[in-house]
Amino acid sequence: MTGLEDVYRRESRRVFATLVRLLGDFDLAEEALHDAFVAAMEQWPTDGVPANPRAWLVSTGRFRAIDALRKRARFDRALASAHVPIADHAIADHAIADRSIADRSIADPEMTDSEMTRWQVGPLADDRLRLIFTCCHPALPPDARVALTLREVCGLTTEEIARAFFVPAPTIAQRIVRAKSKIRDARIPYQVPAREDLAERLDTVLHVIYLVFNEGYSATSGTEVTRGTLSTEAIRLMRLVVELLPEPECLGLLALMLLHESRRDARTSADGEVVLLADQDRHRWDRAAIDEGAALVTRALGGRPVGPFALQAAIAAVHAGAPESTATDWDEIVGLYEWLVRLEPTPIVALNRAVAIAMRDGPTAGLALIDEILARGELSEYQFAHSARADLLRRLGRRAEAEAAYRRALTLAAQTPEQRFLRRRIEMLVTEAGREDERERRQRPENVRSHS
Amino acid sequence: MKYLCLLFSEEAAWGRMSKAEQDAGVQQYAAYSADLKASGHYVTGQRLQPVSSATVVRMRDGKMSTTDGPYAETKEQLGGYYLIEAKDLNEALQVASRCPGAHHGSIEVRPLFEM
Repeated sequence: MTGLEDVYRRESRRVFATLVRLLGDFDLAEEALHDAFVAAMEQWPTDGVPANPRAWLVSTGRFRAIDALRKRARFDRALASAHVPIADHAIADHAIADRSIADRSIADPEMTDSEMTRWQVGPLADDRLRLIFTCCHPALPPDARVALTLREVCGLTTEEIARAFFVPAPTIAQRIVRAKSKIRDARIPYQVPAREDLAERLDTVLHVIYLVFNEGYSATSGTEVTRGTLSTEAIRLMRLVVELLPEPECLGLLALMLLHESRRDARTSADGEVVLLADQDRHRWDRAAIDEGAALVTRALGGRPVGPFALQAAIAAVHAGAPESTATDWDEIVGLYEWLVRLEPTPIVALNRAVAIAMRDGPTAGLALIDEILARGELSEYQFAHSARADLLRRLGRRAEAEAAYRRALTLAAQTPEQRFLRRRIEMLVTEAGREDERERRQRPENVRSHS
Repeated sequence: MKYLCLLFSEEAAWGRMSKAEQDAGVQQYAAYSADLKASGHYVTGQRLQPVSSATVVRMRDGKMSTTDGPYAETKEQLGGYYLIEAKDLNEALQVASRCPGAHHGSIEVRPLFEM
């Protein structure tokens, strides 16, 4: 039944977030979500799809969970009144733990119709926003915040998260289990923080949302470059945050994601191949998203303090504003990268700045900077550092070195389309090497991830 | 839910304070305790004597070993505690952040097992 699959894809994480709030427990909510979809699979084909599938799923899941808890509580009471050998502490302890959960849930008053509609009103009431603040709580270790949000808010599998962060899956699983235990044991609440705590709590939330977006925009492995749902989700969550707190960095991050998203269709060809920024058909860029993003950039840069997200968005807006790649204002972009590298002196920002300088001042200047970064050893395992270097070598006519650098990038590339792109580049160099005439190739910006 | 707030601070700092500063410190804690009682968060709380008065006891292989003070090398020492009642961690952290000790030391907030 494709209708149900559709509903699952669209609604399952929202239903889950609401069930977490209602049941006060991740694992109970996961079970309830599963039960609700099993019930839907049985009932919808005969009864038809309900008018409000989400409300139906929440209500069914909640009912099943409470029913199961009541049965368990009854069983435990029966167990307690029977002559159970007192030595069986394990069962007795288990019964006590379960009863406390059951009491808490049953104490929740029965749902009325007005409560049913209250779930869906207003951004502040969005259960996933509530859940994201819980998952990004400062009482949790930073790496656990990201893993937990991707798992619980976005529904990624442990394996997908592990790939995104180059960490073994059991490590991620352990982080998630420990974080969930802490949420339960220390009683971290499911709520959007009070206004006085909001600003400091926001920073971790923004970083998590951006990671979710990137996972959707540029999946770390597999055969599809883009996974629209995750990026759409990240943008939707970010719109809610912006409505709640229109700080410059919030506006900046929303702008940045919209400007990247505007190029989604243009960045892959019909046969699934990577198309670089310079080669993209700019008529396929989403104008509405660009206009919205550019307006947000103006607002973000007008506020204080200006942060890294606002600057990255401003850079993306300069690209989006160029009618063709040769008209790009590289001087402006270099200036913005210099500002950014002062705020965020990371090797990846330095790499992007080097590429921008290569575009403004020529490949020799950029190559020297990239070689410095690689010499520090920080990005030696980063595919895009090697492919950017390869491109500059290619433009300087140093074919053998370019080919070697592309091959190095190829060994680090996790995505099939990116691997195909790098292989095409290598083939091209090999073919060119066989030719006598050497013509200057048109200069192009290439292979910097945040630009593509 | 009950949370134990463990107050850590640099014990030696107390000795470097003037009498007036020490009095002001005691006043601040008295006011904080009164606030917690008024808001219903207070269960109990005490200031501890200095680490120099502490003794550590261990039973190993049926034998008792006794040593003086714990962890002398750490910069901050446990100097007192509050046991508070709060509805969740956010509320407990809010309460803990208002403690005078949060300004010069650090406060570890630990949930208790519910019995």
